[in-house]
Amino acid sequence: MIEAVGLTKRYGKTLAVDNLSFTVPTGRVTGFLGPNGAGKSTTMRMILGLDTPSGGSALIDGKRYRDLHQPLRTVGALLDAKWVHPNRSARAHLAWMAKSNRLPAKRVDEVLDIVGLSAVAGKRAGGFSLGMSQRLGIAAALLGDPQVLLFDEPVNGLDPEGILWIRKFMHRLADEGRTVFVSSHLLSEMALTAQELVVIGRGKLISQSSTEDFVSQATENTVRVRSPQLGALRTALGRTGVSIRDEGESLIVSGMDCADIGELAAQTGTVLHELSPQRGSLEEAFMQLTGDSVEYHTEIAEGQVPATLVPAGK
Amino acid sequence: MTLLAVERMKLFTTRSPWWCTVAALAVTIGFAALMAGTADAQAPLTVAATQFGYNFGLVVVMVMAGLAITTEYRFSTMRATFLAVPNRWSALLAKTAVVAVLAGIVGEIAAFGSWGIGKLIKPGVDLTLNTAYEWRAVAGVGLVYAVAAVVAVAVGVLVRHSAGAISLVLIYNLLVEGLIVLIPNVGPKIHKWLPFNMAHQFVTGNPDPTGRDVNFGPPLSDATLGPWAALAYFAGFAAVLLVIALAVANRRDA
Repeated sequence: MIEAVGLTKRYGKTLAVDNLSFTVPTGRVTGFLGPNGAGKSTTMRMILGLDTPSGGSALIDGKRYRDLHQPLRTVGALLDAKWVHPNRSARAHLAWMAKSNRLPAKRVDEVLDIVGLSAVAGKRAGGFSLGMSQRLGIAAALLGDPQVLLFDEPVNGLDPEGILWIRKFMHRLADEGRTVFVSSHLLSEMALTAQELVVIGRGKLISQSSTEDFVSQATENTVRVRSPQLGALRTALGRTGVSIRDEGESLIVSGMDCADIGELAAQTGTVLHELSPQRGSLEEAFMQLTGDSVEYHTEIAEGQVPATLVPAGK
Repeated sequence: MTLLAVERMKLFTTRSPWWCTVAALAVTIGFAALMAGTADAQAPLTVAATQFGYNFGLVVVMVMAGLAITTEYRFSTMRATFLAVPNRWSALLAKTAVVAVLAGIVGEIAAFGSWGIGKLIKPGVDLTLNTAYEWRAVAGVGLVYAVAAVVAVAVGVLVRHSAGAISLVLIYNLLVEGLIVLIPNVGPKIHKWLPFNMAHQFVTGNPDPTGRDVNFGPPLSDATLGPWAALAYFAGFAAVLLVIALAVANRRDA
């Protein structure tokens, strides 16, 4: 379990992380969500003892990272896939890490095999593609067979195949009963990967809940109703006090689920042609929640974007 | 011991220490060959003269030591190291020790190589190491290289950028100490107490029993401390610098 209590990081006048408290439960994939610049990486570096918090603390199974004995056996982390000397081979990179925590040398070949890099183990890491570097980083995180794993934006810049591989890998790690804490600025990605969500914006906690709860709370659940007797249905719904809006030939009802609308239609003898639940987009929901907390807004208002782009020089 | 093995693995799985070792040996031994080849009655070959190139080798060794630490910062492998070994004092001390030992070994090979090539080229000249001074002039080079490597590592930890750290170390060693002498009145007094001057004092000796001309060996030192006291002073300077550097690294965000 990872526990952050009042975690604060101040750079001069800027408050990068502001009194952040959350827990990452054992044996689940917890997503760490926030827009770029929200303080996700800083928080992860503080959990891992690289940066010193200005206030508060982060504990892993009740201990500070810097107090852990042979930490790679407890915590594996991939913060940046490029933290490798470019002239060192993949195997040499893993070998010194294994040695530092007294892990057997054969473990190096095991993790290279797990991430599928055995064929290029002797090649210099500087020549690796981003996907391969990412795999090497994951191999390094898995070296000590740790129960707790932290990944910072692991799918950033990867091709679809790489993303799928990482996603499956996270699930596999959680299925093995490990605690996985993974950051991302993409809610759609997290909705597929994480069971729990810690959402932050501008260094502050916005919410901590299960992904399902977060998505259902954040997205507006509406029902689309089509009927040849739309007027009668609108009157009947109007009496219950739910909010209704017209969209072409149908009504969009919010605040009442499909079953209740169906019952109401039956009571009033209305024929229904469509009764379908609508889900708001996750991205919209995320924007709505973190919109005020984005650090660097783009200064383009919607009306200022030209509807058609005119090629230059014409 | 584990950490020393780790740092040894890290150092020798990159290329720069190999190149720097080759360069340091080539410069020092090459210079000794030059000295031996050109020696004649006016400028006889002495033990001191075989070590003429030691200061150039020192420069290369300090570059090697500076690179060993600053490339870790450049490629963020320092962070990977601190993740694996959160005790930054022991991680950095192990690194310093490994670099210093390598520098010491390079120094000994350079010094005895220079001396050996002198014997080889001029077999008739008596280059036997008889006096304590002669032993220091040759075997002492390794000690000076090792301590100088500690200085370079400490500066590397503080500055973190290869170019900055290396220029700082080299400009200080090659220019600053020499220019301070030029300050009227106080200059020479300060110079007597500058660390690299002390290192020269250890190697070039005081009293210098060969009584040689300045041109026949590495420049003589004007330091007034005895040779071993001078080395202790130089080592003390390196140790203080290292403690400051490690304390900063321990507090600083990695």
